[in-house]
Amino acid sequence: MSTDTQTATKTMNMIEAINSAMDVMLERDSNVVVMGEDVGFFGGVFRATAGLQKKHGKTRVFDTPINECGIIGVAVGMGAYGLRPVPEIQFADYIYPGLDQLVSEAARLRYRSAADFICPMTVRTPFGGGIFGGQTHSQSPESIMTHICGVKTVIPSNPYDAKGLLIAAIEDNDPVVFLEPKRIYNGPFSGYYDRPVEPWSKHAASAVPEDYYRIELGKAATVREGEALTILAYGTMVHVTKTIVEEIGIDAEIIDLRTLLPLDIDSIETSVKKTGRCLVIHEATRTSGFGAELAALVQERCFYHLEAPVERVTGFDTPYPHSLEWAYFPGPVRIATALTKILKD
Amino acid sequence: MSETDRRPASNLPPLSLHIPEPRYRPGDTPDFGDIAVPAVDATPRPSEATKPDAMRDLCYGLVRVLDFDGQAKGQWDPKLSPERLRTMLRYMMLVRAFDDRMFRAQRQGKTSFYMKCTGEEATSVASTMALDRGDMCFPSYRQQGILIARDYPLIQMMNQIYSNRGDHLMGRQLPIMYSAPEHGFFSVSGNLATQYPQAVGWAMASASKGDSRIATVWCGEGSSAEGDFHSALTFATVYNAPVIFNVVNNQWAISSFSGFAGGERTTFAARAVGYGIAGLRIDGNDPLAVYAATQWAADRARTNNGPTLIEHFTYRSEGHSTSDDPTAYRPAEEPTIWPFGDPIARLRGHLETLAEWDGERHEAQRIELEDLVKTTQKQSEKLGILGHGMHQPFETMFQDVFEDMPWHLQEQCTQMLAEQEAKFGPDWKPE
Repeated sequence: MSTDTQTATKTMNMIEAINSAMDVMLERDSNVVVMGEDVGFFGGVFRATAGLQKKHGKTRVFDTPINECGIIGVAVGMGAYGLRPVPEIQFADYIYPGLDQLVSEAARLRYRSAADFICPMTVRTPFGGGIFGGQTHSQSPESIMTHICGVKTVIPSNPYDAKGLLIAAIEDNDPVVFLEPKRIYNGPFSGYYDRPVEPWSKHAASAVPEDYYRIELGKAATVREGEALTILAYGTMVHVTKTIVEEIGIDAEIIDLRTLLPLDIDSIETSVKKTGRCLVIHEATRTSGFGAELAALVQERCFYHLEAPVERVTGFDTPYPHSLEWAYFPGPVRIATALTKILKD
Repeated sequence: MSETDRRPASNLPPLSLHIPEPRYRPGDTPDFGDIAVPAVDATPRPSEATKPDAMRDLCYGLVRVLDFDGQAKGQWDPKLSPERLRTMLRYMMLVRAFDDRMFRAQRQGKTSFYMKCTGEEATSVASTMALDRGDMCFPSYRQQGILIARDYPLIQMMNQIYSNRGDHLMGRQLPIMYSAPEHGFFSVSGNLATQYPQAVGWAMASASKGDSRIATVWCGEGSSAEGDFHSALTFATVYNAPVIFNVVNNQWAISSFSGFAGGERTTFAARAVGYGIAGLRIDGNDPLAVYAATQWAADRARTNNGPTLIEHFTYRSEGHSTSDDPTAYRPAEEPTIWPFGDPIARLRGHLETLAEWDGERHEAQRIELEDLVKTTQKQSEKLGILGHGMHQPFETMFQDVFEDMPWHLQEQCTQMLAEQEAKFGPDWKPE
C-alpha cells in the first residue's frame, strides 16, 4: 500500500472511492474533464460523479449526447489539445458504437504519429452482471479491450484499489479502459445471490484515504496466500472466489490481477511455480475470453511446474440472460466443481 | 402472416428498391448543363452572427466570387491584396507540381501509394490561408494543401511518402498520412471521418480553456455518410463548438458517385439544417469563395457564434488514388467539362485581369516550382525509398505502442530481433 500514513481515511464504498478519485484529480489538474451521459447535474446513473459538477463547474464535469462514438471521439480531440479527459460510458455494453474511436484512433494515435499526439484518456465504464441487467447491461468485454494494442485495461475489486488505480489511470499518458464491476459497487459479492449483501464498511479495503494516492498499473495483488493452487481472478470474481475457497477450506493462493494489460506476469509465474496448479476465473463468456490468454501464458511459462491442466471457470457462451442470470453466473457450484477437479490428483 | 393480416387487395404497384446510378458511365457523353451556376454576385453575405435558421438558403445556393472572366464580384469578395493572391496561386501551383511528381514516383515503384488533389487545391490551400496560424486542422487524406500553405518542409512530406530514414513517423503510416503538430496539422488516420468528432473535441477544449484558437476539419461527401460525421455535428451543435466542418464534395468516393451518400436528394451543406448549424454551399473551384467562406466561418466560430458546415462543390479530376483507374467507372472527359473549371486557371485569370500577373511569369513560376520539387525529391531519395533497403531500426516497430514498453512487447521485440539476426546476420544495420 502506497498510502501516506498521515492522510485521513474515510469509509467508502466503490462508488464513493471512484468519485473521490475524480474529485482529487479534478482538483489537482485543471486539464482533467469528466463527461458522459447523465454524469453532470444528476451525477451519473450509478452516482459515480455525484456532486462533481457542483464542485468543479459545468465546463469540467458535463453531460453528453447519447452517442458513444462522439464521447470517445471528442475525448481523443480533447487529449490532442492537452486535456486529460475521463469519459464515462454508462454501461460497458454501450461501448461498441465508440469502439472504432477506441481501437483505430485512441489506441493508435501515439504510434501512428510517433508521439506527435497522445491520448491520455481514461474511459470509465461499469461492467458485469449480477444485477438483473439482461443482455445489454451485464456484459464483460474485457478481452475485446486487451486485444487492442495501445490500450491499458484495468479492473479494480475494492474501494481502496479503485481510487488508487483510477488516479494512476487518469495520470497515465496512454488510453486506459477502466472497467468497474458494478455488482460490487455497494459491497463485495459472495456469489450467493440469495444471501444478504454485505456492505463495504465491513471490509478492510473500504478504509480509503481522502487525499491523493496511486496504485501502479500493471501490478497484481495477492488477496490470499496459499499452497494448494493459484487462482487468477479480477473484479467481482475475486470476492466470489474467496468466499468459496474459505467455505470449502482450500489453501488457495488468490491473485487479483487488477490490471489485465499490462499484465503482472511475474506475480502469476511466481505463484503458479509455487503451487503447481492454476485455475482462472472470469464472468465473461468463455471462448476467446481473457482466461484463454491466461491459460496460454501459464502453460508457456510454467508447464514443467504444473501438476494438473489449467482450468477455466467462466460465464457461458451465450448472451447474458435476464431471468436465468444465476444459471449463467460462474457461482459457487461451478467454482467448487472446478476446484475438486483440479485438486483431485 | 395469415391472409387476413394483409392489407386489402389494391391496385398499387409493388414496392421497388432504388439503387442510385450516376448519369454517365464510360462510353456515355456527359453533360453537366443542368448544374445550376448562379451569378457571382447573386448571394448576399449575412453577418457572421446570423442565426442558422435565417440563412438556410445558403445551404442550397452556391457562393461564388470569381466569374469566368476573371472578375471578383459581390459581397463575398474577400478583397485580398495582389500579393496575397499571388501567394495563394503559388501554393496551389506547388501542390499540383508536388502531386504530379509524387504520383510519378509511385508509378516508378518508389513508394506504395499516392493520392492527388488535382482540381481541389483551393479547398485546402485557400481555406488554410483564411485561418490563423494557431488554428488546428484535422485533415482527411487529400489536404496536402494545408501543409503547403503553412510552409511545411516539402522534404518531410516526401520522406513520409517514401517511409525513408528521414520519415519522422518511422515508416509506420501509409504514404500521405502526415502528422505535423507544429504546423497545426493533426495526424491523418486512414479511417474515414474519425477526425470529425476529434476536431469538435479539440474545439470544445479550446473553448473551455478560454483560448482563441478554433478547429477545422475536412472529409469527403462520401464519408459524410459515416456515423462519426453525425456524432460530430451533434456534439458541435450541443456545445456550440468553435469548429469549421468542410465537406469536399468532389462527386466521387472511389467509384461511388455522391448519390451513395445521399447526394441525389439534397445538398451536403443541407446536413447543417437538421443540426441547427450554419451551412454554406460554395464553389470549391473558386479560391476566393473558399477563402471568403472560411473567413466567415472562422470569424463566426471565434466570436462564440458556433460551428459552420461548408460544402465545397468541386470535382475530383483524377482517380481516388494510385490504386484505381477512373475511366473504368466514369467518362474520361468529365473533368474537362466540369462547369466550374480549374481553380489554378481561375485564380491565374483573375490576377491577369487585375494586370498583376502574366503568362510569362506564370510559366516561369511553374518551372521554378517543378524544379524545386524535383531538387527536393532528389534530396529525399538520398534518405531512401520504400522497398529498397531498410530505413528504420527494427525495434522502432515496438516503440510508441505505449509511452513505456511493457514486458510483453519487450519479449516480442527480442524475438523479432532474433528473427532478423537469423535472416540478415549480426552486423546488419539500417541503410
